[in-house]
Amino acid sequence: MTLASAAATASLAASGPHGFLSPTGVEIAFLLVGLATFGAALVTVTTRQLVHAALWLVVTLGGLAVEYLLLTAEFIAWVQVLIYVGSVVVLLLFGLMLTRAPIGRSPDADSGNRWAALTVAVAAAAALVWVVVDAFRATWIDLDGPAAGSTEVTGASLFQNWVLPFEALSVLLLAALVGAIVLSRKAKAESSSPPMNARGATQSSRSVTESSPPGPDTRQDPAEQEGAR
Amino acid sequence: MNDALDVALRLLVVFVVFLTFPLIVGQTEHKVMAHMQGRLGPMYAGGFHGWAQLVADGVKFAQKEDIVPAGADRRIFQLAPAVALLPYLLVLLAIPIGPGEGAVGQVLDAGVFFVLAVMGVGVLGSLMAGWASANKFSLLGGLRTAAQLLAYELPMLLTAASVAMAAGTVSLPGIVDAFEWWWLPWQIVGAIVFFVAGLAELQRPPFDMPVADSEIIFGAYTEYTGLRFALFLLAEYAGIVVLCGLTTVLFLGGWHGPWGADGLGWVWTLLKAAVLAFVVIWLRVTYPRLREDQLQKLSWTLLVPLSLAQIALTGVVKVVI
Repeated sequence: MTLASAAATASLAASGPHGFLSPTGVEIAFLLVGLATFGAALVTVTTRQLVHAALWLVVTLGGLAVEYLLLTAEFIAWVQVLIYVGSVVVLLLFGLMLTRAPIGRSPDADSGNRWAALTVAVAAAAALVWVVVDAFRATWIDLDGPAAGSTEVTGASLFQNWVLPFEALSVLLLAALVGAIVLSRKAKAESSSPPMNARGATQSSRSVTESSPPGPDTRQDPAEQEGAR
Repeated sequence: MNDALDVALRLLVVFVVFLTFPLIVGQTEHKVMAHMQGRLGPMYAGGFHGWAQLVADGVKFAQKEDIVPAGADRRIFQLAPAVALLPYLLVLLAIPIGPGEGAVGQVLDAGVFFVLAVMGVGVLGSLMAGWASANKFSLLGGLRTAAQLLAYELPMLLTAASVAMAAGTVSLPGIVDAFEWWWLPWQIVGAIVFFVAGLAELQRPPFDMPVADSEIIFGAYTEYTGLRFALFLLAEYAGIVVLCGLTTVLFLGGWHGPWGADGLGWVWTLLKAAVLAFVVIWLRVTYPRLREDQLQKLSWTLLVPLSLAQIALTGVVKVVI
């Protein structure tokens, strides 16, 4: 991609000893993209519009992919886009639209756990930053040398050094898959089984009538919309 | 400075391809469909067999009023066409049409992943359009789009992985370099699954339930007018170009051909892609639209098992050789 090549040329231009006070172009770009990603993440959790939150999540995850690219981990970056942006967010939006996705604010989406969530988030972030900084304190990725995160390198290290965790993860995923199938079959048997599609169709059409307000005035007054519901 | 010029030139070429090839496919569709149905198709615009019909259409679209419905989510509604269109432009950058560095916008280490990942992002545009329109039909179209993507992304990925296994690389030029003629029968199941899944991801007939006009008007694009609507249409045709190019590169050997692989390799690539584009049009004229449940069934009970079998076959052959 042009971004990668631009990053490569930038890193070539400013090749020298590393230091905190003489950052290279890549480091500056990394920092700026990181700030943008952080901002998008903040908007994701603070916005009052459900679908907007999901779309800001796309920006956040895309920003993370750019960060991977800047660290020459090309394979990881594309997998990030493929799995998270392409599948997870689409699934999220699908779920939102199938249940309740009004245009405008949805005040009932706030669970009231704001402070608890903030505490947990800050604690988790602090723990992660501390662990990562402590583990990789003096390690520098040489951005000028051969790509450290290319598909070949990633594959080799994954299947030489990390086979056991990899296999354990796949067993975990398989268990989750089987669990999901079991759960969905049980629910189907209890509801005297109308065909899958008929049920989906009625659900979605009901949510449509609920979720699309007829005019702009309902948009400005979410409380009234809620009352009507 | 020379580098910058090189990059600019490549970007320009890719951009020109992005603007012209979809129009060529569109015009071909006009004419081929017409002749298959015993009509002539456009005959007047531009003089010779109506070659400028799509230019005229473009002018018409540009003149139309750009309306945003009062109840719509304005910004997302306006952003959606760009989100639907731009991924295909990015994907075109990575598709090689000939051997060597000169015939590809940008050589990528993990080209297959890049292409499939970015193509999946394009569907977000339809989802955004469907939700932001504040229209029941649009929302239903968006839902169908999402369901379709989720069902067909998997077989597409699996078959692409099968080719990558056969070639031992995930770079697109690398895969074509490793191609041998006997891969064609070896990977034929994968090729068909990939092509069909790609058609479904582009929402081309017979997989166009998200825009089924007899059921939900025009799905996610119901409320769009003027240029923004044209952008969605352009995205569909750019998608055809990308899908045909990708199938050519992954399964049909790209620039390899019986003769002229050195100088005229790009002709082979374009020729194969053109034949595939013709098949896409042909399928549209031939088959009626599937029903939504038939669509899901086709993917989960036929395409996914077939692609898994293809991967198993690839693995076995790869170990035996």
